[in-house]
Amino acid sequence: MDFGFSEEQDLLRAEVRKLLDARCPLGEVRKLAETPCGYSAELWGELAQLGWLGLTIPEEFGGAGLGWVDLVVLLQETGRSLFPSPLVSTTLAAAAILESGSDEQKQRWLPSLADGTRIGTLALLEAADAIGPTGIALAGKPDGDAFILTGEKRFVADAGSANLLVVAFRTGPGAHDLALGVLDRGAAGVATRSWTTIDATKRAGTLELDGARVEKSALLGAPGKSWPAIERLFDLGAIAVTAELTGAAEAAHALTVQYAKDRLQFGHPIGKYQGVKHPLAEMYVDLESTKSLLCYAAWAVAESPGELPRSASLAKAYGSDMFARVGIDGVQLHGAVGYTAEYDIQLYLKRSKWARPAFGDSDFHYERVARLGGL
Amino acid sequence: MDFRLSSQEEAFRDEVRRFLDENLPADANRGDFRFVVEWNKKVRAKRWVGFSWPKEVGGGGGTLMEQVVLKEEMAKRKAPPLGACFMGLAWVGPAIIQYGTEAQKQRFIPDILDGAYQWCTGYSEPGTGSDLAALSCRAVREGDVYVVNGQKIWTSIAMWSKWMILLVRTDASSASKHEGITCLLMEMSTPGVEVRPIQNMSGTAMFAEVFLNDVRIPVENRLGEEGQGWQVTVSALASERSSIAEVTAMFRKLEELQELAKRCTRNGVPATRDPRVRRQLAVFEAKIEAMRLNGLRSLTQQLRGEVAQGETSVNKLLRAELEVDMGDFALELLGSAAVYPRGSDESVDGGRWQSGALNWPEVVIGGGTPNIQKNIIAERILHLPKDG
Repeated sequence: MDFGFSEEQDLLRAEVRKLLDARCPLGEVRKLAETPCGYSAELWGELAQLGWLGLTIPEEFGGAGLGWVDLVVLLQETGRSLFPSPLVSTTLAAAAILESGSDEQKQRWLPSLADGTRIGTLALLEAADAIGPTGIALAGKPDGDAFILTGEKRFVADAGSANLLVVAFRTGPGAHDLALGVLDRGAAGVATRSWTTIDATKRAGTLELDGARVEKSALLGAPGKSWPAIERLFDLGAIAVTAELTGAAEAAHALTVQYAKDRLQFGHPIGKYQGVKHPLAEMYVDLESTKSLLCYAAWAVAESPGELPRSASLAKAYGSDMFARVGIDGVQLHGAVGYTAEYDIQLYLKRSKWARPAFGDSDFHYERVARLGGL
Repeated sequence: MDFRLSSQEEAFRDEVRRFLDENLPADANRGDFRFVVEWNKKVRAKRWVGFSWPKEVGGGGGTLMEQVVLKEEMAKRKAPPLGACFMGLAWVGPAIIQYGTEAQKQRFIPDILDGAYQWCTGYSEPGTGSDLAALSCRAVREGDVYVVNGQKIWTSIAMWSKWMILLVRTDASSASKHEGITCLLMEMSTPGVEVRPIQNMSGTAMFAEVFLNDVRIPVENRLGEEGQGWQVTVSALASERSSIAEVTAMFRKLEELQELAKRCTRNGVPATRDPRVRRQLAVFEAKIEAMRLNGLRSLTQQLRGEVAQGETSVNKLLRAELEVDMGDFALELLGSAAVYPRGSDESVDGGRWQSGALNWPEVVIGGGTPNIQKNIIAERILHLPKDG
């Protein structure tokens, strides 16, 4: 039994933090957030060079061949620095291909996702904004071995920058008659609209399909049988988002603790008063608990897949509520300056609003835990 | 990161399971006196009482991981405790092993392992609850005895105990309140000791006031050096740390709550269809699972020889919240029927849910209130300025 990070993982964390602290401090994050694409192509290339874009892609397909616990380390650090990039989306698109694709498909797409020349994303949700088989209504019209898609996928992270889109669609009336296909952004009938979100470092949008063709060679797995794979992608997404939000929440908490030590009122640092120190202690309890739940879920991805649904849901549910509170209390404990655009704490509050619905909020995940527990 | 057991640990787990299969039938009456006496003899023979203690003093010499396995398996089967002398095993014994003389070890340790009698703990005083080190119970040395005068309070099971581990002030002139404290072992039958049970809000009495008037305690019953009492106490309390057994017990409580929800209705529909009920039960599950994993993380730190600072406070806070909220939620589920107490024709399950909703202070206040745990986290881990 060993519930701790390895030396290699500690080293990875130190390397990521060093690079991001040096090259993308919050001042730079703020500048990038103002640019049209929202991230730095130069840094994206450097991350590719370092092997971090393909961290969980096997070496035979151009990746670093590491696991989800390693990925948690990387994403906690990108979250800590609010690093803007399509890293999470690309990692999840790669996971879809890795888990459901043929060898030929992996060879075709994974190396370019690992080296950063392709940017991937998942297009799972639709207007109903429902995680589950019924939330996928987009119908694939059979055309020989191919399917023709006309309709919209919504809330697609990094829709503006992604050029490889993993799309979930329906092949029949049965609840689980679902398929996963890969679409190229440049293909006929594929268009995206993208917006800045409440968190200016994150972009999302809508995928508009008008007679877009998913060839047989672009289908991941057997059409009509993809629900288990899609459900697992939702779980992986929940873990990836929880990893980023845990890092971000830790940074917000650290900022607030430091402020409580520096800010003097009534002759003392405000951190001396229990009205300030107790909420900070409560946040610490919830942060540490989220970290524990998150790491177990990440470990379960490869080592105990049967436990993945429950453990991913527990982590995302607990983490979403934790970060929402760290964001709000962080701003509140800063007092009036917390409300200003100049102070950084508000950036984390906005990130918490982005992270909460991503891959399911706490209501969704606690309901799922109740169901999985036989209620 | 790896949550699997080693092959030796698995073999040990199988041994524990086999023992339970043979000695703890599903229909065993855990409340039956004869059954418990037999059980205590059997687990004592296995050296599972004082399992983590060194073999030289009669313990089991078990490793940290084996302790976890043993506690977890026992808790899963709702086994009776391993050993009858709760406080002796939890902190009096460890303190005697670490600080006691050879004579004290020989006199007390076998009795603690055998559960020959109970120990109680005389730390808290009327004026010093959370601020334990401010205690004022006075001991003056006169030749070969200490003469003790003062009062202790919130002393659990004082009325059923034969011995007390007692903190007294032997030097009132020390610069720091943590100095000048001495630890004594006191026989409760000593002249001048008076025990008055305190009835609690659930109608029972588990703890007592203890008055000490010119109580003469032989110097040979001093544990550690004079003035060393604070260290003796702190290190002994620290040995009571792993939360594995309580986590397993909390999971069992949650199952009972889920079963209760399946029997109850709210506003005319089954309670298990109420979204708030479903969410609340899942929130409890998340917190208990977090406690389990937090415990494993701090266990890993101990195994690696690192200091796991404050993890105990994190889990204590989670446990406190759970004890209060789960006890209360049971009464909410019962709706109007929640008001009937034990003994009433209308009471549900013999009134047991009321007792859960009224007895949480034993866990939540005893051993440090939630606010004190928050101070510990804020000051020792986050390094915020101290209060006061």
